[in-house]
Amino acid sequence: MKLRVTPIGNGTVIDHIPAGQALNVLKILGIDRTTEATISVLMNVTSRRSGKKDMVKVEDRELEEEEVNKISMIAPGATINIIRDCQVVEKYTVDMPDLIVGVLRCPNPSCISNTNEPIKSQLLVKSKNPVVLRCVYCEQPITEKIADYLI
Amino acid sequence: MFKKRHVLSMREFSRDEIDSVLDLAESLEPYARGGKCEALSGKILALLFFEPSTRTRLSFETAMMRLGGKTLSLGPAEGSAIAKGESLADTIRVIGAYADALVIRHPKEGSARLASQFSPVPVLNAGDGAGHHPTQTLLDLYTIRKESSLEDLKIALVGDLKYGRTVHSLAYALALYGADITLVSPPTLEMPAPIKSDLAGKGTMVRETHDLDEVIRNVDVLYVTRIQRERFPDPYEYQKVAKSYRIAPENLDGVQDGLIIMHPLPRVDEIAPEVDETGHALYFKQSFYGVPVRMALLKMLVGDRLD
Ligand SMILES: Nc1ncnc2c1ncn2[C@@H]1O[C@H](COP(=O)(O)OP(=O)(O)OP(=O)(O)O)[C@@H](O)[C@H]1O
Ligand SMILES: [Mg+2]
Ligand SMILES: [Zn+2]
Repeated sequence: MKLRVTPIGNGTVIDHIPAGQALNVLKILGIDRTTEATISVLMNVTSRRSGKKDMVKVEDRELEEEEVNKISMIAPGATINIIRDCQVVEKYTVDMPDLIVGVLRCPNPSCISNTNEPIKSQLLVKSKNPVVLRCVYCEQPITEKIADYLI
Repeated sequence: MFKKRHVLSMREFSRDEIDSVLDLAESLEPYARGGKCEALSGKILALLFFEPSTRTRLSFETAMMRLGGKTLSLGPAEGSAIAKGESLADTIRVIGAYADALVIRHPKEGSARLASQFSPVPVLNAGDGAGHHPTQTLLDLYTIRKESSLEDLKIALVGDLKYGRTVHSLAYALALYGADITLVSPPTLEMPAPIKSDLAGKGTMVRETHDLDEVIRNVDVLYVTRIQRERFPDPYEYQKVAKSYRIAPENLDGVQDGLIIMHPLPRVDEIAPEVDETGHALYFKQSFYGVPVRMALLKMLVGDRLD
């Protein structure tokens, strides 16, 4: 695939994001209209592997583990490429942890985890692709609109 | 074998664990009927009811007393006062230090699991909102095993299969025994699809119908649950449905001799009082069986441990 944006010198390329999820990735990274960082977003580009995909390139930033964990939830299969001095120096595929703590809230309004108890939400990963999570407390499954439940 | 520290959800029970609870319940049944037993003498069970319940609370209390132990309890009024001021986690830490085990009923789903994370002693879930009520399921299984059979069982689950938590966890447990399950409900109260596919995934035979007459002659157990008026916006619609799922003696023509009719109680209109006089009515005995089953759980969680 031809590069459609100027190469970055240092930063992170999040590649192989399922088409449609780029904006949620930006949300996870806390990137909104107030950002001063240089960001490129590619949406619905053709991918050899998977038809259409999205891509996000963030200059001068490497991601925290927690950010990568969050991305894994909405973009299983995404790859993180760390660019230093114009070169991909590290590449890995995001991987969901088996237990997600304090990242997503349970969608069940009657769940004890959505009250003022001194606990963090906990979701068990039953399946990674497609994503199927289950609340440790109320056992309700979550399969859709996962980005809506990011804390 | 039974190595659990808490009893929170039927999902956590293997068939072997269920069998070991039912075996012990069987051997404790004479003591549930009044034989002298001091197995838990000196032990205290705290009953924390943040929501009203009569049968379950009294049944736990009876179970503890029949084992020679004592109980202390928090009623719904005190419970809700505490719930306003203090987190459940703190309440559990405090009362957990007074007692050897806690029984909790709370309106929020997952509350028993939370309690288990903060409690220094075993926690038994006596109903967490629309969540779980595992001791009800265990007493249902005990009833079926004693009065019918868990092997090659043909059972019909009748009534509100959408909201009724007891039928969900019962169906789940019956799947472990390979039961042949027929779901009988009004179209608007069918069992939720994820639960059905969960059951099918366990290799259980699950059929669905709206017509009770079609199945009543072919089953060993009829498990009837209440259809709540509130589920129907139209009172006429409710009347119609309630009538078509009501069990009266005339519906019982041609059923198997050994058919047992179960109900988690309280019963309202689902089963005519005349049915009580037939040999098929098992619901009061079923309710009594809650005592030996809860005795077994208490003995396993409180009595037989060294820590
Ligand atoms: N300096 C850079 N600036 C901007 N984007 C870059 C830079 N270097 C690589 N990329 C982009 O990062 C992604 C990973 O680069 P790489 O050279 O490893 O491509 P690849 O062989 O297609 O990898 P993959 O097998 O993960 O698809 C590609 O989408 C590429 O366009
Ligand atoms: Mg590529
Ligand atoms: Zn939950």
